[in-house]
Amino acid sequence: MNYNWNWHIFFEPNPTGAGTYLDMLVSGLLLTIKTALLAWIIALIFGTIVGILRSLPSKAASWIGFCYVEFFRNMPLLVQLFLWFFVLPELLPSGAGLWLKQLPNAPFWTAAIGVGLFMSARVAVQLAAGIASLPRGQKNAATALGLTTAQGYRYILLPMAFRIIMPPLTSEFLNTVKNTSVAITIGLIELTGQARAMQEFSFQVFEAFTAATVMYLAINIVVVTGMRFLERSLAIPGYITGK
Amino acid sequence: MIEISHVNKWYGPSFQVLKDCTTSVAKGEVVVVCGPSGSGKSTLIKCVNALEPFQEGQIILDGIKVNDPKTDLPKLRARVGMVFQHFELFPHLRIIENLCLAQEKVLGRSHDEAVAKGDKLLERVGLKAHANKYPAELSGGQQQRVAIARALAMDPIAMLFDEPTSALDPEMISEVLDVMVDLAHEGMTMMVVTHEMGFASKVAHRVIFMDKGEIVEDAQKKDFFGSPRSDRAQKFLSKILSH
Repeated sequence: MNYNWNWHIFFEPNPTGAGTYLDMLVSGLLLTIKTALLAWIIALIFGTIVGILRSLPSKAASWIGFCYVEFFRNMPLLVQLFLWFFVLPELLPSGAGLWLKQLPNAPFWTAAIGVGLFMSARVAVQLAAGIASLPRGQKNAATALGLTTAQGYRYILLPMAFRIIMPPLTSEFLNTVKNTSVAITIGLIELTGQARAMQEFSFQVFEAFTAATVMYLAINIVVVTGMRFLERSLAIPGYITGK
Repeated sequence: MIEISHVNKWYGPSFQVLKDCTTSVAKGEVVVVCGPSGSGKSTLIKCVNALEPFQEGQIILDGIKVNDPKTDLPKLRARVGMVFQHFELFPHLRIIENLCLAQEKVLGRSHDEAVAKGDKLLERVGLKAHANKYPAELSGGQQQRVAIARALAMDPIAMLFDEPTSALDPEMISEVLDVMVDLAHEGMTMMVVTHEMGFASKVAHRVIFMDKGEIVEDAQKKDFFGSPRSDRAQKFLSKILSH
């Protein structure tokens, strides 16, 4: 292989005239973090709501939850982003569609919401499984004390269910971070996008993607460490993962 | 206090778990419900505070119809204490928090008031030293005593016990029964599903014997142990009293 290695490339000025190649990658890294965090918040909020719906005895509620989950988890993420970005504005009344197309930072918002909704279906399934894994008597005990269904979820079922699903939830958080890279296809210049731009400008493809890999790894190490810490601080003395 | 009249309940279209059950529990009365497993005794007691719905008949609790759609069930349930076979303490809450949660969220008591009440009841069941532990750090008998204290913290007008000692090691049964005997002597209205015939002969006023969803025998204690009229009750008694 006739390849000209150059690890100093990161400190050379990039052709946009704003700083070095490293600065380019770091700005991509920051955008990846921002997109992933917003997407994760959306995934948690919608995933919690839909997960609760799926666990309710009401047939209508669990049917709505079922449809939501199957809609968002059975379509490839890439197709979903294309739908939100290219198709949705055309389907809306022309005024709303135009407004959507002209929205500043449209790729960012589309990516965060698109990845967030995609991941929310997965969070919902896990939360529903976590709730289902609790002894049925827990719900009965909460009910018998006079707690309403909402209070039962808020104070009893959800705190336990979230503790139980913490390990798979960590994986979903990591997937959220990695899935933001798909947003390169709708023009979001996040970490993968910046690595590709660096490769195109400098032809140092290995250096660019090595750096991107290391940065993804770094984010995810932070996520894993943070979630482990959270898991440990929420552990219940004497109970399953406790102590 | 508790009026159960002509209650019928089906699981699915064909399986009838309760067949025309009619009985009552007067204020200050202790009624023991016994019978072989699968006879519907747990189902019946769960119908009293509407943890289980039933299709026909009616149950009136302190003048309020349980199976009336207009009844504020959480409010009604808060006035009836219930103790479960598997304790059902909330594992993520400390013992004292288990006692305070419903007092604060359902009865609207202040935190200090709830803690004071909780402390008093823990002292009464001999567990004040464990107030800051988590349920999993206590033995089964201790957990069940906490569960009784948790129910009493709501100042209930009646207590329902659903096989409170069935999940306990033999040496822990008596510590739970002692608490229940004290309660009975204080004049608490109690409906107790149990196989503990010693408890029944000591404090019960009446004994109800159920088999296959029917109330086969509903008699004063001395009549029940002296000369149960039905064959089935006689067989049941001879089996559980022979050892």
